[in-house]
Amino acid sequence: MKAFLGFVKKEFYHIFRDRRSLIILFGMPIVQILLFGFAITNEINQVKIAILDRSKDATTQEIIHRISNSPYFTVTQLIEKESDITAVFKKGMVKAVIQFEPHFDEKLLREHRASVQIVTDATDPNTANTISNYITAILKDYQRDLNQNVTNFSTITPQIRLAYNPEIKSVFMFVPGVMTVILMLVSAMMTSISLTREKEMGTMEVLLVSPLKPYQVIVGKVIPYILLSLINATVIILLSIFVFGMPVKGSFMLLGAESLLFIITALSLGILISTVAKTQQTAMMISLMGLMLPVIILSGFIFPISSMPVILQVLSNLLPAKWFIIIIKGIMLKGVGIGSLWKESLILLGMTLFFIFLSVRNYQTRLES
Amino acid sequence: MKHIEWVIEVSGLTKTFGDFTAVDAISFKVQKGEIFGFLGANGAGKTTAMKMLIGISVPTSGAARVAGYDVFTESEKVKKHIGYMSQRFALYDDLTVKENIAFFGGIYGLGKDRIQKKSKQLIEELGMESEANSLVRSLPLGWKQKLAFSVALLHDPKVVFLDEPTGGVDPITRRQFWEMIYKAAHLGTTVFVTTHYMDEAEYCDRVSMMVNGAIEALDAPHRLKEKFGVESMNEVFLKLARA
Amino acid sequence: MQNNWDIQVRQISKSYQKVKALEGISFEVASGELFGLIGPDGAGKTTLFRILTTLLLADQGEASVQGNDVVAHYKTIRRSVGYMPGRFSLYHDLTVEENLRFFATIFGTTIEENYHLIKDIYAQIEPFKKRRAGNLSGGMKQKLALSCALIHKPKVLFLDEPTTGVDPVSRKEFWEMLKKLQEKGITILVSTPYMDEAALCDRIALIQGGKILSIDTPKAIQSQFPRKLYALSAHNRYLLLEALKSYENTKSAFPFGAFVHYSDQKDSADLDVLKTYLESKGLQDIHIVETVPSIEDTFMELVP
Repeated sequence: MKAFLGFVKKEFYHIFRDRRSLIILFGMPIVQILLFGFAITNEINQVKIAILDRSKDATTQEIIHRISNSPYFTVTQLIEKESDITAVFKKGMVKAVIQFEPHFDEKLLREHRASVQIVTDATDPNTANTISNYITAILKDYQRDLNQNVTNFSTITPQIRLAYNPEIKSVFMFVPGVMTVILMLVSAMMTSISLTREKEMGTMEVLLVSPLKPYQVIVGKVIPYILLSLINATVIILLSIFVFGMPVKGSFMLLGAESLLFIITALSLGILISTVAKTQQTAMMISLMGLMLPVIILSGFIFPISSMPVILQVLSNLLPAKWFIIIIKGIMLKGVGIGSLWKESLILLGMTLFFIFLSVRNYQTRLES
Repeated sequence: MKHIEWVIEVSGLTKTFGDFTAVDAISFKVQKGEIFGFLGANGAGKTTAMKMLIGISVPTSGAARVAGYDVFTESEKVKKHIGYMSQRFALYDDLTVKENIAFFGGIYGLGKDRIQKKSKQLIEELGMESEANSLVRSLPLGWKQKLAFSVALLHDPKVVFLDEPTGGVDPITRRQFWEMIYKAAHLGTTVFVTTHYMDEAEYCDRVSMMVNGAIEALDAPHRLKEKFGVESMNEVFLKLARA
Repeated sequence: MQNNWDIQVRQISKSYQKVKALEGISFEVASGELFGLIGPDGAGKTTLFRILTTLLLADQGEASVQGNDVVAHYKTIRRSVGYMPGRFSLYHDLTVEENLRFFATIFGTTIEENYHLIKDIYAQIEPFKKRRAGNLSGGMKQKLALSCALIHKPKVLFLDEPTTGVDPVSRKEFWEMLKKLQEKGITILVSTPYMDEAALCDRIALIQGGKILSIDTPKAIQSQFPRKLYALSAHNRYLLLEALKSYENTKSAFPFGAFVHYSDQKDSADLDVLKTYLESKGLQDIHIVETVPSIEDTFMELVP
């Protein structure tokens, strides 16, 4: 046990002496989160919109007038058919289309309710969100004016529809992705590099010819990175809560436990890489090409999985990251508990056990198999 | 009295890094066709001194001429007229023997015909006809070193600098290597060998012994051994280093 | 009597793909012996060390360390031997003291417990104990690596090229340290490419191309040179060498330091005839003396 603790202590020396890596380790999550957060603007100004007025009465004219008079919007197009909506979006001419249902005025008078559909281009999810909020506000304004001195209230119901990005990706959606990427990077890449460095320096030879058992070497390597990764995960979550006001609707305990599970998944991948890589450079290349890129591209972090070709959708199931993203989105944004996430958690656990099995099988007690 | 042609002339050559004097006012001369051993422990300043002589490091003060050119003002010309073979890097492992010769001939500005002629002659001399198109990686260490030495001589330099040339090779290959050096020296090339292996020093015409940046002894090996009353250059070094 | 062997190697062979690294190697090292494995790079020294330290499996043959088979009882061997691989494997980002402490802990001991064993060696680098190992000179790294290999009080010490890349002063000190360790009863197997270090061992094995050329005491190996050996000098070594190579009675002619070592096809050469021949080739200042063959001379003679 003392030998093992001595080993862990040595690992911490390595980590804390390597200032540059340390700065990257802790600086990267902060920079990434802030970048993703602030690169997405919240301000809108003179946004071009199109109107599909299927009622063409005094009320709709008044509403259109109010919208185009606001500093936020410019009505650039009036379209006639519902099928034109897709066309104007495709041409990229407008960011939103407002559609009034037929007989708007009449409905408002007789039934005291009428609806307006706001279709936004959600490829830029944050802007889309803001646009619909502003339009809704203008509608509410108009409704208040309308209802002054009246006993019978009329309601205008905005129906918001998102084109192109029905999952609404916003900063909230990036947080799980960034967290996944960073945990993967820190855990898998750092462990695989640190293990291969021992091979390169020749110190692995001495460790092998010592009473330390192979599992002690591996666990000793892994423990510091579990701690570092947990700290990183905490920093990311705190940043997203306090800087971006992101909610964590579910249990913090569960979030922590699932993060730990994913960290262990990534670490076992790192160990697996180190059993095949002979040099630090190879370990880094395998981690970057084999883990990072698929995680960024296939996990649903940047591109929605549902809009990928079927073959990639199937492949994405093989990525632990995909399941982890589903889990943390569930916990943070939907507030669901283990009851609805047990399937994903089980898949992740299964993958982890598989990787651990592979690494243990591949780990060499000698210099070659 | 035969006129002596000095190929390397160094006087008061000094290099400092901040407060640290790596090379402390060294002076020596090496004549044409001489095999000169530049000895010293690791960190004694050998490498720094050699870097100045081959024109890749600017001296702090002093003067040095190599192959007839001033290392301060004409370092590009110096580089053209010297050959260099380092222990760590000499040839590209992933190029064939012929490709290596053509590449190094090319960077020294040799014409196509000349490279072809030289390449053929060199491969014949080394008896490597059947390996001419194999990757250098697949050659035994001793062959690589002999090839590297020949490549360093490709452009007929006036001086060839060898940085610890024979570390680790077997005794027979080592002898063959020294025979090549003798031949080159006999044909008029000056050979400048830096090493910290003292038995390599025994093969040189004259040696200088560097300790802490300064040259502490300079003479023919047998004279140094006589002077210190010992049997080998190794013991000469031990006496000097412990003094 | 057989129990006195600390290292036994029988018919060990090992290949990497097509390259035969070791071919039928056999030798024994007695308890308390300082045994040298002398040969150039690529002779198979490191492969042999790795097989004996249980890091590699041989293709054929058997080997044991202190009676423990290197395959079946590798765990016992790993606990009881000290191993210093080539290129001193130290952690460059740890200080001298941290390195030593680390190796002590993983072997379940402390610096204090076995300090007496490494005192002579470690005392020389102790003033620098707060310095990172990466910033040490070759000689100091070598001393630290030896201290680390000794800290758990091994019975058998494996040192793979401990003097490569180290200056003559440190080399000399290193061999003096080995002698002292031997006096403490430690069995030492050491490899080196330097022939001049062979004389410092009790017994040596000359190894080249994966085969052992000869095993004996350094003195006995020197006397294996079958003929008389002469050291020649003249005003021009290159011409002297060329002349000897084309001389009809020449058996061998090699540069050797300032001289050319020459042996004749007959057991002893007719020096007058030789001198006349050399003079006829235009050589001046000819000196010929008989000389004692060195281990290097024998090595070259034994290479097939």
